[in-house]
Amino acid sequence: MTDPVEPDSGYAASAEVGSVRKRRTRGERWWLALKKAPLSAWFGMIVIAAYVFVAVFAPMLAPYGEAQIFATPFAVWDETHRFGTDQIGRDILTRLIYGARNTMGIALVTTLLSFLIGGGLGLVAAINRSWLDQLLSRAVDVLMAIPGLIFALVLLSIFKPSVVSLILIIAVLDSTRVFRLTRAVAINVAVMDYVEVARLRGEKLVWVMRREILPNIMPPLIAEFGLRFSFVFLTIAALSFLGVGIQPPTADWGSMVRDNASLIQFAQYDLKAGITPLLPAAAIGLLTVAVNFVVDWFLHKTSGLHDD
Amino acid sequence: MHPVLTTILKRLLLGLVTLFVVSAIIFSSVTLLPGDFGEAVLGQAATEETVAAFRKELGLDKPAVLRYFEWAGAVLKGDLGTSFSGRSASGSDRSRSVAEMVAPRLKNTLFLAGVTALVAVPLAIILGLSAALYRNTWYDRTVNATTLTTISMPEFFVAYVLILLFASLWKVFPSLATVNPEMLFGERLNRIALPAITLTLVIVAHMMRMTRAAIINLLASPYIEMARLKGASRSEIILKHALPNAWAPIATVIAFNLAYLVVGVVVVEVVFVYPGIGQLMVDSVSSRDIPVVQACALFFAGTYIILNLIADVIGIVTNPRLLHPR
Repeated sequence: MTDPVEPDSGYAASAEVGSVRKRRTRGERWWLALKKAPLSAWFGMIVIAAYVFVAVFAPMLAPYGEAQIFATPFAVWDETHRFGTDQIGRDILTRLIYGARNTMGIALVTTLLSFLIGGGLGLVAAINRSWLDQLLSRAVDVLMAIPGLIFALVLLSIFKPSVVSLILIIAVLDSTRVFRLTRAVAINVAVMDYVEVARLRGEKLVWVMRREILPNIMPPLIAEFGLRFSFVFLTIAALSFLGVGIQPPTADWGSMVRDNASLIQFAQYDLKAGITPLLPAAAIGLLTVAVNFVVDWFLHKTSGLHDD
Repeated sequence: MHPVLTTILKRLLLGLVTLFVVSAIIFSSVTLLPGDFGEAVLGQAATEETVAAFRKELGLDKPAVLRYFEWAGAVLKGDLGTSFSGRSASGSDRSRSVAEMVAPRLKNTLFLAGVTALVAVPLAIILGLSAALYRNTWYDRTVNATTLTTISMPEFFVAYVLILLFASLWKVFPSLATVNPEMLFGERLNRIALPAITLTLVIVAHMMRMTRAAIINLLASPYIEMARLKGASRSEIILKHALPNAWAPIATVIAFNLAYLVVGVVVVEVVFVYPGIGQLMVDSVSSRDIPVVQACALFFAGTYIILNLIADVIGIVTNPRLLHPR
């Protein structure tokens, strides 16, 4: 049999193609994808970036201190207090800015922890597929049979409300959903030949999880991270609104709505006062909408669907 | 036995087991309480004897398994224990029974949830079907954009916007949903108008989107293509061909959202100061009145599980492939 490629001619089709095709760097590919992003996704990304900016530079942006109290409670909107003051005389704008940092920070830590627990256990269950998988899956079934907010309320009545217990409780409850998703997508990958090869090669569990399976299930997990973040964010806001979440004097959007809610009754005399309690609520809503827009676009892009 | 029957029985059994395990979890929350709990309830001045008597009353001196069955038996008979509040350090006991505290509020909550469901479910199905029928038109887009926005908003934001518009600026509805047993039905409806509208807005969005998605999902299947080639009209395809197969997902979505209603009711009741079980639960969490929290949690979790169970059963019963086995 003769070799189809003539070594002496010095020509190979692959070489020619290779010289023309330039491998784009990761940054370039991201930029190309971004340029094609729809308006809603751009809107979402800009809003998220603005929130992050405010959260990071809160002490520089805020006109006053987080818990600084002024003489007049429920002051009207003017130059000294852009959005007035709250029920004990704290500047609303300042509290809004610090609230971005506290509420978002706590939600982010909670979501990360929930992915660490749920994702880790989900991967182990998908690789292991033995009694451990059964045990974890049944436990998750039971935990998911109780509505999350209700379970969180029960646990908060036992452990005193504090930031740490709030983060732990919500992270554990939320990790059940992450577990389900991770297990479901990882099971399909765990039976692939290259995973088998890695295991026969004698790689440890952690290596198989991190280097073989995780990179291949990243897109759905990233999308889920966005959705879980907005869900956790809403849960924390709801709990704080109910008075059992983030405790004063920490500035937080949920409790701000609760504290200033009575102002709404004066809307017909002073519309600005009536709107004040809606500002933190709108801040919560806007962030959730923004995250949902970005997740929508990301899912659309990674799922390969290009039509309705 | 008919395969549908066996599937249903299996599902019911599973539901019972879940209910049992969930009740055990809620019960065991008392066991998790830190040791100084008696003092926390009775006050710093409580003598050791009072604390010991209190712990004995809670049964903390007996094994947990035994206590669970005693508790579960009492709950089944309608005895939910006595509240922690109203107890004092001197050992005097003016606490009320939990059942007595929960019963009137339970009625109020069921009234609010029932009215909401009666409005929301038909509305969502009609909107979902029409959006699927006229998909990719301006009507579909408007409905979609509106519902996507209401989904992303926290309930209390929707609630306060409604209060601002319809109770403060334009006084058509009362902003506080205080009701009492003497009120006439019409007056009650007027009082709960705003909380019911809030809840409706939140759950219609979910249900409508899922109904639309379920129908559109089916429209891609070959048998719909067949019906179209046969010359069936658009509404005929949706109502006669797609809908029968879509009942299962739609029922699941409805039940899921009614279950979600159970949770949403907590926040909305607090916003409108509605004397329901959700508000009672939040108050009890703040005052750490564990027996009341347990009773409320048991109600919420039980409703949630039963609604999901019903959804599954409807899904099984309406599945044409299960009904006509080969």
